[in-house]
Amino acid sequence: MDGVVQLQKQLVDYIASLFHEGFLDEQFNQLQQLQDESNPDFVVEVVSLFFEDSERLLNELAKALEQETIDFRKVDAHVHQFKGSSSSIGAHRVQNVCITFRNYCEEQNVEGVEPWHRCLKCLQQVKHEYSLVRNKLETLFQLEKQIIAAGGSLPAT
Amino acid sequence: MGLIRTQEETGRHVRMLTHEIRSTLDRHTILKTTLVELGRTLALEECALWMPTRTGLELQLSYTLRQQNPVEYTVPIHLPVINQVFSSVRAVKISHSSPVARLRPLAVKYMPGEVVAIRVPLLHLSNFQINDWPEFPTKPYALMVLMLPSDSARQWHDHELELVEVVADQVAVALSHAAILEESMRARDLLMEQNVALDHARREAETAIRARNDFLAVMNHEMRTPMHAMIALSSLLQETKLTPEQRLMVETILRSSNLLDTLINDVLDLSRLEDGSLQLDVETFNLHAVFKEVLNLIKPVASVKKLMVTLNLAQELPVYAVGDEKRLMQTMLNVVGNAVKFSKEGSISIAAFVEKSESLRDSRAPDFFPVPSDNHFYLRVQVKDSGSGISPQDIPKIFTKFSQTQSLVTRNSGGSGLGLAISKRFVNLMGGHIWLESEGIGKGCTATFVVKLGIPGLSNESKFPFAPKVPANHGQTDFPGLKALVMDDSGVSRMVTEGLLVHLGCEVTTVSSSEECLRVVSHEHHVVFLDVCAPGIDGYELAANIREKFTRQLEKPLIIALTGDTTDKVTKENCARFGINGVLMKPVSVDKMRSTLSELWTNGFYTRPS
Repeated sequence: MDGVVQLQKQLVDYIASLFHEGFLDEQFNQLQQLQDESNPDFVVEVVSLFFEDSERLLNELAKALEQETIDFRKVDAHVHQFKGSSSSIGAHRVQNVCITFRNYCEEQNVEGVEPWHRCLKCLQQVKHEYSLVRNKLETLFQLEKQIIAAGGSLPAT
Repeated sequence: MGLIRTQEETGRHVRMLTHEIRSTLDRHTILKTTLVELGRTLALEECALWMPTRTGLELQLSYTLRQQNPVEYTVPIHLPVINQVFSSVRAVKISHSSPVARLRPLAVKYMPGEVVAIRVPLLHLSNFQINDWPEFPTKPYALMVLMLPSDSARQWHDHELELVEVVADQVAVALSHAAILEESMRARDLLMEQNVALDHARREAETAIRARNDFLAVMNHEMRTPMHAMIALSSLLQETKLTPEQRLMVETILRSSNLLDTLINDVLDLSRLEDGSLQLDVETFNLHAVFKEVLNLIKPVASVKKLMVTLNLAQELPVYAVGDEKRLMQTMLNVVGNAVKFSKEGSISIAAFVEKSESLRDSRAPDFFPVPSDNHFYLRVQVKDSGSGISPQDIPKIFTKFSQTQSLVTRNSGGSGLGLAISKRFVNLMGGHIWLESEGIGKGCTATFVVKLGIPGLSNESKFPFAPKVPANHGQTDFPGLKALVMDDSGVSRMVTEGLLVHLGCEVTTVSSSEECLRVVSHEHHVVFLDVCAPGIDGYELAANIREKFTRQLEKPLIIALTGDTTDKVTKENCARFGINGVLMKPVSVDKMRSTLSELWTNGFYTRPS
C-alpha cells in the first residue's frame, strides 16, 4: 500500500479508538469541523492552549491542597475551570474526573482528614487522565504531521 | 302541438312544462307562462287564474290566457264550488255556468267546452311581507280554471287531468322560489340602505371626535399658557420680600394655580382615555428604579407627617419590564399619594409581587429558550395605609371622576378627585385592574392594582440593519457581519467559542473579565455571550449592567448566557429578571450555534445583508 494511504488509515483508526475508549467525545468532532482553510491549525492551537492551561491549573491545585487550611472554594474554582476547558475540547475522561472532584469539594464541611485525602486522590486521578489524553493527542498530531509531510491530506471529518 | 294521447306523451309534456315554468324567477312570468303552456299543450279555449285578495275573502281574476286585459272581476271565496275545488288535490270538473268559469262571452248556439278547476297551493305567507299577497289567507290557494274549446266534443281525459294536477304543484314550487328571491332581494336592499346610513353616522362621529380633539389641543395650549405664567410669576414673587399677609396670599395663589394645572392635565388625559385615543408608550424600562423613584418622591411628604414608608419588592420581580413607565409611575404616585394624604399617622407599606398566572410556564430546560410569544407577567402592587379608611358604601364611588365623599374632604386634602379615575383607566389600558379595600372609617385602607407588563426579549427588540464592512468571504459564512462579544474566563472555552462563531462568519471580540466586558461592549455588538457559571463572576449582574450601559432600546445587544452547569442555577425566571435572552449549554455544537443565530435573524434582531 502507498505510504500516505497507510498513514491515513492509521490516523483514522487511531482517532476511532480514542473515541471508543472514551478519551475523546463528540466535542472533539465539533472542533475539527471548525478547522478550515481560513483556520487551518485550529485544533492544534486550541489543544495546545488546553495543555498550557491544564499545567497551570494542576500546579495551582497542588499548591492549594498543600495549604494548612484548605480553601475548598478555591480548589473548586480551579476544578471548575479545568472541567470547562476539558469539556470544550472533548477530553471526556478528564471532564468526568473533574465532575467527581467537584462533588468532593462540595462536601468540604466534613471535618477531618477525609476530605483532604479524597481531594488528593482526585487530583492524582485528574493528573493521570490528563497525561493519558495528552499523550494520545500528541501522538495524533504527530501522525497528522507525518501525513502532511508525506504530501497527503488529512481525512475530512 | 297535437293533443296528448298517451301516458308517455303526458310525461314528456309535464317535463317540458315544468322546465318552462321554472326557468324564470319572476312571479308574473311564472303564472303567465303556466297558462300559456297549458293552453298550448292542452289546446284550451281559455285558462285563467284566480288569486285570493288581500282580505282573503274574495278571489280575483288575475291572469287569463286569451284576454289581454281581464276585467278585475272578483267572486267571494266561500262559494261551494270553490270550497269543493280547494278541498281536493285533484282537478275537479265544474259547471261552465259557475261564476269562476264565466270567462268568455258565451255564444248561445254553441256547446260550451268542459271546465275543470284545480287549486294551486300558495306558501303560507306569514313568513313573507310581499306587498300584494294577502297576509293571512284562510285558504292559501289560488284557483286555476281550464276550459276546453266549445263545440269540440272533447272531454277531459284522465291523463290530461293528471297533467293539470302536476303542473299546479309545480307552479306552487316555482312561486315559492320567486317569493323567496323577492324577499331576499328586499332584505339585501334594506341592508345596503342601512350600511349607507351607518357609514354616514360613523363619518359624522369621526368628524365630531376630530373637532373635539382639535378643540382640546387648542384649549390645551391656550389654557396652559396663562397657567404657566401664573405659576412662574407666583413662584418668583415668593422669592421677593413680602409681608406675612402677602406671603400667605401668594402661597395660596401658587397652590391654587398648581391645582388648576393638575386639573387641566387630568381633564385632558381623561378625555383622551375615554375616547380611546390615548395610547401607551411602551418600551423597556427599569421597574425597580420606578419603585425607588416613587419612594423618593413620597418620603419628604411622609416624613413631614411622621409617616413611615416601607417598600418591599419580591425576589422574583424582574428588574426590567416592557410597558409605559411614565403612566405606571403616575398611577403609583397617585395611589401612594392618596395613602399618604389620608393618613394622619402610622405607616404606609408598598409591596410589589409577580402575580402567578397560568401563562408562566415552569419549564427548566437548560438549553436555549427563546422567549415565548406570551412573554408577559402580571405585576401586583399593594399599598397599605393606616389612615382614615373608607366606609363600605363609599367604596364603589371612589373611582368615579369628580366625586368626593364627605368623610374624605378636609381642608388640606385638595386634589381634583380625578386622580383615581385616571389611574383606573391607565390600569385598564395596561390590561389589569385596581381596587380598594377598607374595613371602615379609621381602619386604614389597602389599594391594590395588577397590570400586565412585558418581559424584554427577542420579539420586543430589533437592531438597526447593519452594513458589514467586510464582504462575505470563503468558508461557511452563514452570518456575515454579525458582531459578537464573548466573555469567558477560561482561555480554552473562549478560543473554542470564538472559533465557532468565526466559523459561522461572525466578527468576534473576546474578553476575559466583567470589567473588560463592560468596557469593550459597544452598540455595534449584536450579541454578547456570557459565561455565567464561572465562580467569581456574577453573570446576572453583568447582564444587567450591560443593558444599562445603553439607553436606547435599539442599541442594546442580545445577551446569551453560556453555562456548563446542569443545575438549575440558571433559570428562566432569573434570565428574565436580568434581561438575558437565552441560555446555551456548553460545549455548544456548530449546529446549535447556527440555529441559535438563525433564530436571532428570524426575530428581526439582525439582518443579513442582501
